[in-house]
Amino acid sequence: MRLLKARPVAAIVLRQYYLMRGNPTRILPTVAWVAIDMVLWGFLARYLDSVNGQRINFIGSLLGAVLFWDLFTRIMQGVTLAFFEDVWSRNFVNVFATPLLISEYLCGLVITAILTSLVGLAVMLLLATMAFGLSYLSLGLLLLPYLLLLFLFGIALGVLACAMVLRLGPVSEWLVWPIPALLAPFVGVFYPLSTLPAWMRVLSYALPPAYLFESMRAVLAHRPARTGGLIIGIAVALLDLLLACWLFSRVHRSAVRTGLLARYSAESAV
Amino acid sequence: MLRTATPAPASPPAAARAPAALSVQGLRKRYGALLAVDEICFEVPRGQIVGLLGPNGAGKTSTINMILGILQPSAGSIHIEGVDLATQRSAALAHTNFAAVYASLPGNLSVRQNLRFFALLYDVADSARRIEQLLEEFELRQLADTRCGLLSSGEQTRLALAKALLNEPRLLLLDEPTASLDPSAADLIRRRIRAMASERHCGILWTSHNMYEVQSTCDRVLFLSHGRVLLEGDPRRLPAEHGAATLEELFIRLTREPLATDGVGTLDARTSAPGLERVS
Repeated sequence: MRLLKARPVAAIVLRQYYLMRGNPTRILPTVAWVAIDMVLWGFLARYLDSVNGQRINFIGSLLGAVLFWDLFTRIMQGVTLAFFEDVWSRNFVNVFATPLLISEYLCGLVITAILTSLVGLAVMLLLATMAFGLSYLSLGLLLLPYLLLLFLFGIALGVLACAMVLRLGPVSEWLVWPIPALLAPFVGVFYPLSTLPAWMRVLSYALPPAYLFESMRAVLAHRPARTGGLIIGIAVALLDLLLACWLFSRVHRSAVRTGLLARYSAESAV
Repeated sequence: MLRTATPAPASPPAAARAPAALSVQGLRKRYGALLAVDEICFEVPRGQIVGLLGPNGAGKTSTINMILGILQPSAGSIHIEGVDLATQRSAALAHTNFAAVYASLPGNLSVRQNLRFFALLYDVADSARRIEQLLEEFELRQLADTRCGLLSSGEQTRLALAKALLNEPRLLLLDEPTASLDPSAADLIRRRIRAMASERHCGILWTSHNMYEVQSTCDRVLFLSHGRVLLEGDPRRLPAEHGAATLEELFIRLTREPLATDGVGTLDARTSAPGLERVS
């Protein structure tokens, strides 16, 4: 097995750049939805702050949580959208008949997702800070492990979703979109995990963002940052990412063996 | 006289030569109960155009997909320029490229963008110069910034061929490259492909249902039916050797005979066709 090469990885990134440059409707979701979320939740947080009498910092806890959760969603969808371009343009035969390694393909998807979600993050931070005075810098250096955890888990879930669509066929794309909404209640985006019943909490502990949101709420309440939990969260996210890449590789191998890859649009192996 | 497909003898002079552009040995593909490709063996030497003929469902596309590495064989081996596809997939495919009617390039990218994308995928050094050469060679310069989805069939075929030559392949797979082209455009494409084989010394495996085209272009043909190579030889001599007036007549005879059987022992049934004998 040869080492990864830069050019094939760059091809996947460049293709996505061309597509985004060529059609603004691809850029709009990366910016528009996060902006809408910031405005909606920003005003809600401002209102709650006004009736709450500053006992809880809603701008920090609510708007900060929305910002992190939106970023996670953007990262995951950044991976899947770059993959879907090959599904939509029926490009699998052209792409996978080249010397491209699966690891190079995944690297290209991941870099694409990181770049596009950074654009979304910049818009979110700009709006949250300028319009609603969210001071994300108050999180200090903790911002780095928070972002690392979100990127690792978002990419892991994105790769997992790609494996699912590769295995189940193009129509299963619709199963991918609701994944963040399905996870949100378990990771405690807006409330402490102690709010959840015991059986839900068991699942929460397997989901890395749950550790982030617990840590963030602790910091905003001037309590210790729960760094132990954060380290566990990052370790679980890293493990999830490795498992997702392994699974994608297995699904690809199976698709080559069964003929699914060559006849993908026919969903012949479902 | 019908010559059934057998592995090419590995004579000492042959072994001493440079490896064939493509060597397929005992290739088999089974989808559950269906045997799509059954122990086929053939070679595509450098500088030759080999036609892969057969009725729909004969196993041509499965064979091509296995050579492209997007379908795993159930048994057998594929060597491209002497490199084993099974164990060194990436190295083998670096010498290969293809153009197929069922694998059109993404319509939402322009001609130049598509060529850049695939040049990077094939790890082409100095891709900018190579792309300019191909735009010139295939008369695509004026269309360089046009999205591929807006191109005519002939323009798309020229683009597919330009993409297929990006990495200067030693093995080129062409699946019905002139389908949907008018006779004049098809003739130009055939001339270009013949020039590729003779000037670039690449081996070309060509599938087509146009027997005139096959006869005028291919150095050798393989007739595939029910996943097996029934016959191979020079397309200009084969019809006379087997008592057929034209290659098309021979094709029809070969493809209809097996269909009259239940698929068991079809080889004997095929060889009972008039003018055909089996060589053991």
